[in-house]
Amino acid sequence: MIEVEGLTKYYGRSPVPAIEDVTFRVEKGEILGFLGPNGAGKTTTMRIITGYFPPSRGTARVAGYDVMENPTEVKKRVGYLPEHPPLYNDMTVEGFLNFVADIKGLDRSKKKLRIGEVAERCGLDEVMDVRIGKLSKGYRQRVGVAQALVHDPEVLILDEPTIGLDPKQVVEVRNLIKSLAGERTVILSTHILPEVSMTCGRVVIINKGRVVAEDTPENLTARLRGVRTIFVEARGPADGIEKVLREVPDVKEVRHEGSEDGTHRFVVESTLEKDIRAQLASSVVSGGFQLLELRPVGMSLEDIFLQLTTEEGA
Amino acid sequence: MRGFFAVFKKELHSYLTSPIAYVLAAVFLVLMGFLFRNLVMQFNAFCLTYFSQAARFGGQLPELNLNRIVVESFFGLLGFISLFMIPMLTMRLYAEEKKLGTFELLTTSPISNLQTILGKFTACFVLYAGTVGLTLVMMGLLDAYGEPDWGPIGSSYLGVLLLGASFIAVGILASSLTENQIVAVAISFGALLLFWLMGWASQFASGGLRKVMEYLSIIDHMEDFYKGVIDTKDVLFYLSFTFFSLFLTAVVLESRKWRGVR
Repeated sequence: MIEVEGLTKYYGRSPVPAIEDVTFRVEKGEILGFLGPNGAGKTTTMRIITGYFPPSRGTARVAGYDVMENPTEVKKRVGYLPEHPPLYNDMTVEGFLNFVADIKGLDRSKKKLRIGEVAERCGLDEVMDVRIGKLSKGYRQRVGVAQALVHDPEVLILDEPTIGLDPKQVVEVRNLIKSLAGERTVILSTHILPEVSMTCGRVVIINKGRVVAEDTPENLTARLRGVRTIFVEARGPADGIEKVLREVPDVKEVRHEGSEDGTHRFVVESTLEKDIRAQLASSVVSGGFQLLELRPVGMSLEDIFLQLTTEEGA
Repeated sequence: MRGFFAVFKKELHSYLTSPIAYVLAAVFLVLMGFLFRNLVMQFNAFCLTYFSQAARFGGQLPELNLNRIVVESFFGLLGFISLFMIPMLTMRLYAEEKKLGTFELLTTSPISNLQTILGKFTACFVLYAGTVGLTLVMMGLLDAYGEPDWGPIGSSYLGVLLLGASFIAVGILASSLTENQIVAVAISFGALLLFWLMGWASQFASGGLRKVMEYLSIIDHMEDFYKGVIDTKDVLFYLSFTFFSLFLTAVVLESRKWRGVR
């Protein structure tokens, strides 16, 4: 439903791209979590998919339409809730939803019914005649979700939809999003982990403008549950290094991940209880090989996340 | 088309539910009423002076033309006050959308920039035309107690509306350049004043430059309208001024795409 390929975006004359080579797909009916710390490039990616601005390089397609070539077709199919809900404070909720339905091109005959449905779904029935400027934060967020839903879009893009809400409202908004699964394709950006495990079928983790991981939340955690994973990079003959690594006590598995000019990358799995990093390091060195890098790869999604999103060498 | 109406309705509604439009219209009308009263009193004083002179010394009465003295000055002043009022009406049109983030909603909706520009322009123009239309009451008073010539009054209204359209277009352009409403007012007011003073400035230029400056003088094109003459050249001037400004607004909005701004 959504295909993003090699997206790169430079702002102004900045030599550092806000996002670089971002590639992922979202299938129909799927909820994709877009996870990353603030400033990782989540909003930039979403703004490109919604046609707010074009990428410097790469393509984004929604329902087969290219965002650059067919922006109108894409915009008709996408409902978008930006980080700050775009609301006119001097309009009533009903007036605003009417306006959005008009500019999104919702069929006139369906308008009244659809607005009623969306209002009910988002719990806005009681505030339809209230001016938006007078609504509480939670209600404003719900109006934001409602405006994204009002033209019955196939694709929904939500940028940090639960930010600034109280815990009860957070649960409500999450349930609302979960209830959309199946009928709609959703991309949900967040920097809150539990949100992803609770609502999303698949996660793309982005850091410093690059995609660093992509999997289901279960796979990401289950794959590593009970296992401590350590990444080792060393120089020397591959078999020799592998043999030395295997000889370290408590090592369960050694995988040769790849090599370049005599350096080899290994992923070593061990039991969770013991930290074998020191032994690994000393046996590689005492085996006569040059150790270039050794770092733990996280265990839970939270660990992975922290790992991927904190500074190198942490 | 539907997008245009939606934006038009939204903007008009927003004007009419906020105090800005009412305050501006009220200030405008109070000032115009005050000026109208002064012009009429002035006309009265002229008449009394000339009548008493004629009675004392005999001879022909000079031509005392209600249109020349009251109506022409009235519309001249109306244009001048519009110069102050319109930037305050147009300042929010794009600047506020950018500040509130609703600009993102407009840009990610399947409506063209042209539709939003025209919707906003038309809403502002309707408000301006409505406010200016209320000064018809003053013209009615003039008609009740004197015999003004309605021809030049009609053409003056047409001229003032065309002038207002140009002002609004420049105001929208200024608003599209910034998210700060004060900056928008400053730019539009400065630019309009520049065009307003162009006729005067042209006196100190020569050759082709002088011709260009004379042509660009935004008030000199009003003269014929005040006198009751609707010249296609002048109508075209205001229309092209308006469309060019709106076109530039579209360019500014489109330019986000290649400028790589946030």
